Amino acid sequence: MEKPVQRLLQEDLRVINLGLEVFAHSLQEKEVEVVPVNWSPPAGGDQEMQELLRRLED
Amino acid sequence: MSIREANEKALGIINRARPTLIGLDRAGEVLEGLTPKTILHAGPPFPRGWVDMSGPVRGAVIGALLYEGWVSSQEEGEELAASGSINFAPCHHYGAAGPMAGIISPSMPVWIVENKNEGNRTFSTINEGLGRVLRFGAYQEEVIRHLRWIEEGLFPLLQETLEKMGEIDLKEITAQALQMGDECHNRNRAATSLLIRKLAPHIMRVSPGREEGARVLEFMDSNDHFYLNLSMAACKATLDPILGLKECTLVATMARNGTDFGIRVAGLGHRWFTAPAEIIDGLFFPGYSQDDANPDLGDSVISETAGIGGFAMAASPAIVQFVGGSAGEATHYTESMYEITVGESDSYLIPILDFRGTPTGIDVRRVVETGLLPVINTGIAHKKAGIGQIGAGLVRPPLDCFQQALRALVEKYRP
Repeated sequence: MEKPVQRLLQEDLRVINLGLEVFAHSLQEKEVEVVPVNWSPPAGGDQEMQELLRRLED
Repeated sequence: MSIREANEKALGIINRARPTLIGLDRAGEVLEGLTPKTILHAGPPFPRGWVDMSGPVRGAVIGALLYEGWVSSQEEGEELAASGSINFAPCHHYGAAGPMAGIISPSMPVWIVENKNEGNRTFSTINEGLGRVLRFGAYQEEVIRHLRWIEEGLFPLLQETLEKMGEIDLKEITAQALQMGDECHNRNRAATSLLIRKLAPHIMRVSPGREEGARVLEFMDSNDHFYLNLSMAACKATLDPILGLKECTLVATMARNGTDFGIRVAGLGHRWFTAPAEIIDGLFFPGYSQDDANPDLGDSVISETAGIGGFAMAASPAIVQFVGGSAGEATHYTESMYEITVGESDSYLIPILDFRGTPTGIDVRRVVETGLLPVINTGIAHKKAGIGQIGAGLVRPPLDCFQQALRALVEKYRP
């Protein structure tokens, strides 16, 4: 039986890019479809704010 | 009540609000506690009074002192203002909202707006028009003369008009204006026109002669921002009932005094969280540049707090010719604000977004989490007293206000 990973390698790549845009650029140059996600760590990575947000969860 | 339940309750209060224009009177008659020798200003309090005020606010204070007849020259005005014998306080502490410097003194006529759903009332002055006007810090003789005409010519006629014709539903006007290209902060052309349509026949019926009524209508027609002050009072009437709602993390007030930006959060009551006001990025009138600009100023950001203004820019592509940017960016600004709000208006709908409601209910938690700050479109005052408006543009509040509020919410509710 064919494993899912084998099927993945046989299909065209469709990539979701999190983080640095430059990763998406190098794939786009090879005409790979890339969906960039505008992501940054919560509270810009500020650990004090992240802890406060955790305590104020719904 | 959980935070989620409190925020849902607040959103319901905002959406059910019925801000309605019920009349006009002098500030000293209707603003509770407004004693003689009190001057109200926009934004959060000035801890050291006159010393902390920027140029345009100082100019507007001098203008108000001249207008009230408490002084007879600029020098006397500066001396009295610095003497400590004038009580300076935020408009928001007296139920009012004032554009730019936001100065209100006891003799000034104010609109009276009532939220019919909650019964609370708010107030704002009559908008003076553009150019050299008190709210931008101008205090020359022509400015004071114009304020006197507002008090002696415009006010009695409009007061009698409203007494005869009855109340005006402001939510209905704002909702219609958003369908007609206004965002009701820096573009009020449609809303002002709709208001004139309602008032015009009644003004002419009460006018002692044709000329007095015609002059009032000409003034309203010459001033596209005539509706702004009514809209601000309506937004404040909509939001004030959530102030003090326990566990609620929504922003109830945003305001600038030209020195500091301040916010108040529903669950934290009347406490202000302030940080230095930002410089506005915008378009300048010929002869002026960013070097001339005063930091962010005015209570008009109550518009964005209530989900219009910068939050409704998708409804107003034409606004970019006044504040800068492109029509596409205007749409993007509105779309991005859904990320920091807990819901949508069920009355203020945006045609180009398939009549989606404007983003409503700014959640302090989402602002801090995303780092996405409310977008505000606003006028720019010259930093020197007495000059006036020099442009308009876009600005964001300082993140620090929201971080301070988040700390206070944890201290109060999740220590």
